[in-house]
Amino acid sequence: MTDPVLDVRGLRVEFPTRRGVLTAVDDISLTIGRGEILGVVGESGAGKSMTGMAILGLLEPPGRIAAGEIRLSGTRIDTLTESEMQKVRGRRIGAIFQDPLTSLNPLFRVGDQLVETIRLHTDLSKSAARARALELMREVGIPAVEERIDNYPHQFSGGMRQRIVIALALCAEPELIIADEPTTALDVSIQAQITALLKRLCRERGTAVMLVTHDMGVIAETADRVAVMYAGRLAELGAVEDVVRRPRHPYTEGLMGSIPSLRKDMDELQMIPGAMPRLNSIPQGCAFNPRCAHAGPRCRRDTPRLETTGAACWLALTGETA
Amino acid sequence: MTRPILEVDALERRFDVSAPWLNRLLEGKPRRTLRAVDGVDFDIQLGQTLALVGESGCGKSTIAKLVTGLHAPSGGAIRFNGDPDKMQMIFQDPYASLNPRWRVGRIIAEPLRTLRPETPEPQVMARVDELLRTVGLAPADAAKFPHEFSGGQRQRISIARALAGEPEFLVCDEPTSALDVSVQAQVLNLMKRLQKEMGLTYLFISHDLSVVRHMADVIAVMYLGRVVEIQPTADLFARPLHPYTRMLLDTIPDLEAPKRDRAPMGGEVPSPVSPPPGCSFHPRCPIALDRCKRERPQREMRVHDRRVACFAAEESADV
Repeated sequence: MTDPVLDVRGLRVEFPTRRGVLTAVDDISLTIGRGEILGVVGESGAGKSMTGMAILGLLEPPGRIAAGEIRLSGTRIDTLTESEMQKVRGRRIGAIFQDPLTSLNPLFRVGDQLVETIRLHTDLSKSAARARALELMREVGIPAVEERIDNYPHQFSGGMRQRIVIALALCAEPELIIADEPTTALDVSIQAQITALLKRLCRERGTAVMLVTHDMGVIAETADRVAVMYAGRLAELGAVEDVVRRPRHPYTEGLMGSIPSLRKDMDELQMIPGAMPRLNSIPQGCAFNPRCAHAGPRCRRDTPRLETTGAACWLALTGETA
Repeated sequence: MTRPILEVDALERRFDVSAPWLNRLLEGKPRRTLRAVDGVDFDIQLGQTLALVGESGCGKSTIAKLVTGLHAPSGGAIRFNGDPDKMQMIFQDPYASLNPRWRVGRIIAEPLRTLRPETPEPQVMARVDELLRTVGLAPADAAKFPHEFSGGQRQRISIARALAGEPEFLVCDEPTSALDVSVQAQVLNLMKRLQKEMGLTYLFISHDLSVVRHMADVIAVMYLGRVVEIQPTADLFARPLHPYTRMLLDTIPDLEAPKRDRAPMGGEVPSPVSPPPGCSFHPRCPIALDRCKRERPQREMRVHDRRVACFAAEESADV
């Protein structure tokens, strides 16, 4: 059996502060195979972006990986030095962030930025790199590339800018792309274009994609499997159809019920009582237990764990919560 | 039929986006006008919710500001058939819309103190207590500052403030788009409950079709400063008439149909500074006729009692 492109085991991210150590990501294990899109979904503060940043080696100090292993196609990358990691980022892992303007330098023409990135990661000549840049821009669906290649980022619309960021991420043909809320700043019609593009690239090139977003709709449409995060932990992980249609974790169920339906008339939306705990007050046992209607003594005592798929919930795991 | 509480008639708002005078003089740049709202009309019946839906730049937030008087119209008319003091607004960003230096009690009491300065102070405080309870917060929260609250709680404070003057009509501009879905559910449920209990009328502005479907009685779809279609909610979802509405409905991710391969809508919204001639949607429209490139479809056009601004929809209805 071949190694998965990304293999994360028992990842924990901690932030030491004056008032104690905060655990932002706790015991996350997941894999992404070639050509697979894994959605990572959760509400603000669930730790989904932090997981992506940890994989990219971009945690802001004092944040640090406190436990766990991250493997890229079989080799560990969490133990690499910063200069070794710099070679992995861009070349083997591409990144796409929410705001395309943070990834593009406003003072340089987009073509020059593409050429620079291509030449950094390959030994193509300047003219060959430019030809490659044109090809990439065409591939991500930018019209009239010959004219647009010498434009500056501000001359493009938001959707077109995000396409250029995707082209930049593709420069070195990475094995893995981490896309953090890539469509959140875009209108629905443009959002659909970008997710369709990601799906196509993933299918055609066999790139593994980790799609981090708060939007369950985008996940449902784009991802093959989905990991639902809550308070820094995995609540549920499974095939997207299963998680969306038959959620097994009470949190996922509540989350799905709180989204207004496009088909059913609902008098009231389902509400999850309370709010997600702060990092300094994560309850003992299952982090969701104070908000859960099914919580029993075991949920307040022991932390449920999910192995590779399913729900981290005592009720789902053992059929009881006593 | 009773008189609507709000009547908007041929409403227009233009913004001057020309280069500065000296640049125009030296570089010969022309004057440029952005037509943010370009001939919009709709009515809202008492106790109902009308939603304006559309993508960024379609003019929906400008209409909110025109209706509440934060902008003056450049043309057309807005008639509010109620007491102007009974109109309030809820904004999108619960971080920017509350004064960070004021305690929550003072924020909520402000409309009361402004609109009815003769109210005795103990009565104001009692009302603040009551409002906090109505929106699901505790009376003790009056002594806290906005930064002590989460986004959802802040939006509850905004709602309590809007309710302080006992309004009849609320303009809500993307009230939940800055919130997580589970928090959004709490705020939407609260808004629906308040509407039922107090008989409120909402002008509800959102880009999210699933939220709009849940909240609105009537939906107006906007594109580039114009309303392209108005229908009761159920009809709009069952039989969208305008090709833009149809494309919008095809584009939104559907949780009930995971892993669907959708055909994304081509092209982008053109600049409102130089909209295409004729129907402004024609460059992206799959069924555009020659006529659509020259003539602008009129808003009065009716297809089976529903209003749609589209020649193609009208012609197919004639058959």
